Amino acid sequence: MSLYFVQKFLFELNRDEGLQERYHADREAVLARYDLTEEEQAALVAPDIGLLFHLGVNGQILMHFAALHQIEWADYLQRMRDGIAEHGPVREGVYAMTGYEGVDVHTDALGQSTDGGSE
Amino acid sequence: MSLVYAGVCSHAPGITGRADQADPDVRDRFYASFHQMRADIEASGAEAIIVIAAEHFANFFMNNMPSFAIGMADSYPGPIEDSTWLGIDKFTAPGDRGLSERMITEVSQTVDVSYAEEWKFDHGIAVPLHFLTPKFDTTIIPVNINCQGPPLTPLHRAWAFGEALRRAADSVPEKIAIVGTGGISHWPATPDSGKVNEAWDRDFLDRWCRNDKDALLSYNDAEVYKDAGQGGFEIRTFITVAAAAGGATGVVHFCEPIPIFAVSCTVASYDLAAQ
Repeated sequence: MSLYFVQKFLFELNRDEGLQERYHADREAVLARYDLTEEEQAALVAPDIGLLFHLGVNGQILMHFAALHQIEWADYLQRMRDGIAEHGPVREGVYAMTGYEGVDVHTDALGQSTDGGSE
Repeated sequence: MSLVYAGVCSHAPGITGRADQADPDVRDRFYASFHQMRADIEASGAEAIIVIAAEHFANFFMNNMPSFAIGMADSYPGPIEDSTWLGIDKFTAPGDRGLSERMITEVSQTVDVSYAEEWKFDHGIAVPLHFLTPKFDTTIIPVNINCQGPPLTPLHRAWAFGEALRRAADSVPEKIAIVGTGGISHWPATPDSGKVNEAWDRDFLDRWCRNDKDALLSYNDAEVYKDAGQGGFEIRTFITVAAAAGGATGVVHFCEPIPIFAVSCTVASYDLAAQ
């Protein structure tokens, strides 16, 4: 259930400017209210976008967390790619549904050229 | 009959938020198609637009995820995203609580629908409205289908929902437009952002234009995920509009990949007059 609470925190953070201010002021204190593992808490404090994607956070939630930290779009995409390279396939959640092993494998599976999906 | 327009369009946040990074030629042709859609809706005399979106954890989360939700308020703020990130200033779109209530009451006769008296528009609705009602002066009825948090709304229920929305639209004196928003194949906000499956998109749109119910409902989520990504789950909004169009056939006005927008940007509509 822990991925649920990581995403619940990010869902609430994305919606609530007051929570964003409290998160900026004291990240650990805000996160103490959520049932998180040490790994999850550390990823949210850092923030470690690649690890959060590996843990299974939905990109529709994660991209706003990256924007909150002033992470540019291309950098956001690269951090997720690096997270998969470093930590392995997505552990759970929607992207783990049929397995996800990175851009190159996925590109091959679609029979497309390996331009890396870069933009 | 008071359904006067039925169409679909893309809603990706990059369409407004990363506009300066796209190929200007294809971007501007896409925008022109969006502007024509606005003109077509205005020419239809629509007094309210039902916008069926696949929202993205702006209002609904896995603590209480509805298969279907309809807004029931007199106004809706947006965008919930950072204005600079999305490229759309904060706005308040007009709603009509009474019209929503009448619609919801009729839809509920055949489809169990949640209603929401609070709703903050995310890019799923805000990006289309930026083009379709740029002054935010047309009544909006927001609708959401769960395309994000599995288990997802079954496709055949999305079809039944479209039929119910059509019946509801036809039951009110107001002229109603219905617009489905979403991507076809795409992998938004993931490492594969920018990738699309053009062959899959063409085949889907062919089924959509023919309004072939059996072909539209023959997909399953595992296949869609494999071929069209989690963004492909948003075909539910297109399928609901197909059902609402009641057998009309459609035309694709624009469909070209714009990688920095993370989707094949699409505008299409049904010819309701030919029914």
